[in-house]
Amino acid sequence: MNRRDFFKKSLVIAGSTLIGLNSNAFAQNIANERNYKLYEKIKNSIPKEPYGILVDTTRCIGCRRCEWACNEWNGNPNKPISEFEKSAVGKDDVFTKIRRMHAGSFTVVNRYYSSKDKNPIYVKRQCMHCLEPGCLSSCFVDAYRKTSVGPVIHLPNVCIGCRYCMVACPFDVLAYEYYEPINPQITKCTMCFDRIVNEGVVPACVEICPAEVMTFGKRNEIIRLAHERINNNPGKYVNYVYGEHEVGGTSWLYLSSVPFNEIGLRTDVGEIPIPKLSKGYLLAVKMFEIVGAWPLVFGAYYAISKARRRGHLEHETHQEKKGEEHGQKH
Amino acid sequence: MARSTNSWFREKILLGMTPKEFIISNATPGNFIAIVILAYAIPVMIYRLVYGLGPSTNLSDNYPWGFWIGFDILVGIALAAPGLTLGTAVHLFGMKEYHHFVRPAILSSLLGYIFAVFALMFDLGRYYRIPYLLGYSWGFSSILFLIGWHFFLYINICLIEWSPALFEWLNLRKAREFFTKLAIWATIFGVIIAGGHQSALGGLFLLVPGKLHPLWYSVFLPVFFLLSAIFAGISMVIFESTITHKVFRRQLKDFDQERFDRQTIGLGKAAASGLFIYFILKIFDLAHSNNWAYLNTPYGYWYLVEILGFVLLPALLFVHAARKGKAKLVRFTGFLTVLGVILNRLNVSIIAYNWYIPFSQKYYPAWTEIALSAGVVTMLVLAYRFIVNRMAIMYDHPDYESIH
Repeated sequence: MNRRDFFKKSLVIAGSTLIGLNSNAFAQNIANERNYKLYEKIKNSIPKEPYGILVDTTRCIGCRRCEWACNEWNGNPNKPISEFEKSAVGKDDVFTKIRRMHAGSFTVVNRYYSSKDKNPIYVKRQCMHCLEPGCLSSCFVDAYRKTSVGPVIHLPNVCIGCRYCMVACPFDVLAYEYYEPINPQITKCTMCFDRIVNEGVVPACVEICPAEVMTFGKRNEIIRLAHERINNNPGKYVNYVYGEHEVGGTSWLYLSSVPFNEIGLRTDVGEIPIPKLSKGYLLAVKMFEIVGAWPLVFGAYYAISKARRRGHLEHETHQEKKGEEHGQKH
Repeated sequence: MARSTNSWFREKILLGMTPKEFIISNATPGNFIAIVILAYAIPVMIYRLVYGLGPSTNLSDNYPWGFWIGFDILVGIALAAPGLTLGTAVHLFGMKEYHHFVRPAILSSLLGYIFAVFALMFDLGRYYRIPYLLGYSWGFSSILFLIGWHFFLYINICLIEWSPALFEWLNLRKAREFFTKLAIWATIFGVIIAGGHQSALGGLFLLVPGKLHPLWYSVFLPVFFLLSAIFAGISMVIFESTITHKVFRRQLKDFDQERFDRQTIGLGKAAASGLFIYFILKIFDLAHSNNWAYLNTPYGYWYLVEILGFVLLPALLFVHAARKGKAKLVRFTGFLTVLGVILNRLNVSIIAYNWYIPFSQKYYPAWTEIALSAGVVTMLVLAYRFIVNRMAIMYDHPDYESIH
């Protein structure tokens, strides 16, 4: 146990004693820690080619088994799989409102209705794993890593909990453990980093999907496949692969039969990577403070000390003249 | 020994009164209000630490930043700009006439930053890790990293600038002389550091073109934040000096109302030019982004309220008041400008943020959030008064030569 761990543990113990908190009362995220530790161990031997996942929204049947498998693999609170499957046959009202990712659920399936034929369209959402992630560039303690295989992972051991990454995320993916008072974490999909670096194992959601909605593979092959599918099925898809260029490209790619903004994917995020938006400003400030400010500093110092010397002389003659009149203020 | 300690305590802390007299002298309506606010705020602080952000705020995954960031940090830091503006005016531009505004201005900056960071501790999920930012894990690509470091540096700069008053109070002549010399450097660096992070606070929102309403989002956000911090700082000096010259009148032995009015009007002129430049830049930005169509929407009307009612109107009022020599109107306008800056910061961080979300799902602060912020402001005012009552802030210390 190093010093930091000791400090952390003693704080946690002190905190939970104070609160009388049962350690099982709140299920904390364990996926962050697991993936981060694995990453630290193997970071030099990770393959360099990025993976991608294609989501064909025309195929999804809304069984939500991906949600179950995700919870199962990542150690999130879970229910029996039958509870999830009920939604597909309309036995509960999960789909009546549009959901987003929260602490404890890295992925959600939402239902929309097609503007073409009024049939339901089910859309799985999760972290898009941007090629140039906004969360990573926004983090002031460098608590994110973009792995060379594609996944963006969060490092819970340095996170201070400022939540700027949640502000910066253009897809509103990140969630936060608001009900954890001592060690709250950012929670997000890990793209099953711990599965895909072990050769041949695809992410949990991809593996369980009974309708082959998702295709896992090398990102450039996945993009080729997506365009092939559009070309081979004229009229079936909108001629656009969502995620190919969005905010500089994402690891998750979507196909749809209706415009993407009708199925809850934002089409106004633009193609500029989020980190680029702040780069120019940061460069300008650093240039100014490191290079430009020095002549200013010395110039000002020179001017001030000169003025002060002159001021002293004037001050003295001034005082002599004014005498008593010159009181506490001048 | 015990006796001398006691008399030091009585002399320095209790202002020469016995403990009983001191308590009686503090039984004022103002203190009663402060106690009532703190009676709400302190339990809220404890509640936040024990139960977490979820139960104590209205924050959500869609609204990771709420009132504590919007008000305590964005508004708080903008209004803590007096040290920046007055420091620049007096030390760099040599406007010696305003030198007795400098110490109060620096004190309000110092306390403004300290209490903003104090409030921030309640917003951070793992506040106890804040030293990580300084020495353990550096996120160089983050604007927030720049801000964090600049806050740290600027608090130290303000401490150095303020320390001569502290050492005069403690009667440490050598320390005072040393820090007075250091204070020149601190002031110059302070201008650079403060300018850097005032603009960086606007830079934070450069990352959210999709979330912030187009009328407020702009690539010039850092420029707007810096400019508005400058006239906010000047207006705060007008506002604060109005109050402090009333409350601490007895400390000002040769107070000259006419002179004070003239200086207030001078500050008003400076604020007016800042407001005009800001207004013109805003209109340029509006035209450049071709956002005219948004003006005829509810958000557009709100934008016009901000731009016309709290930028153009105060600018015109300042000019009018300066022409007619109406110091009272300058003071009112200073207050109006401060309100405008508060409105602007809350618009950017809360009201125009996530603007596409239906109104029913929008964030509004919980009473606990407002209570905590009110408590922090109260603590700031009490600390300010504590120091001004004891140290040579409003006047030059009679035993020491003026540093100007």
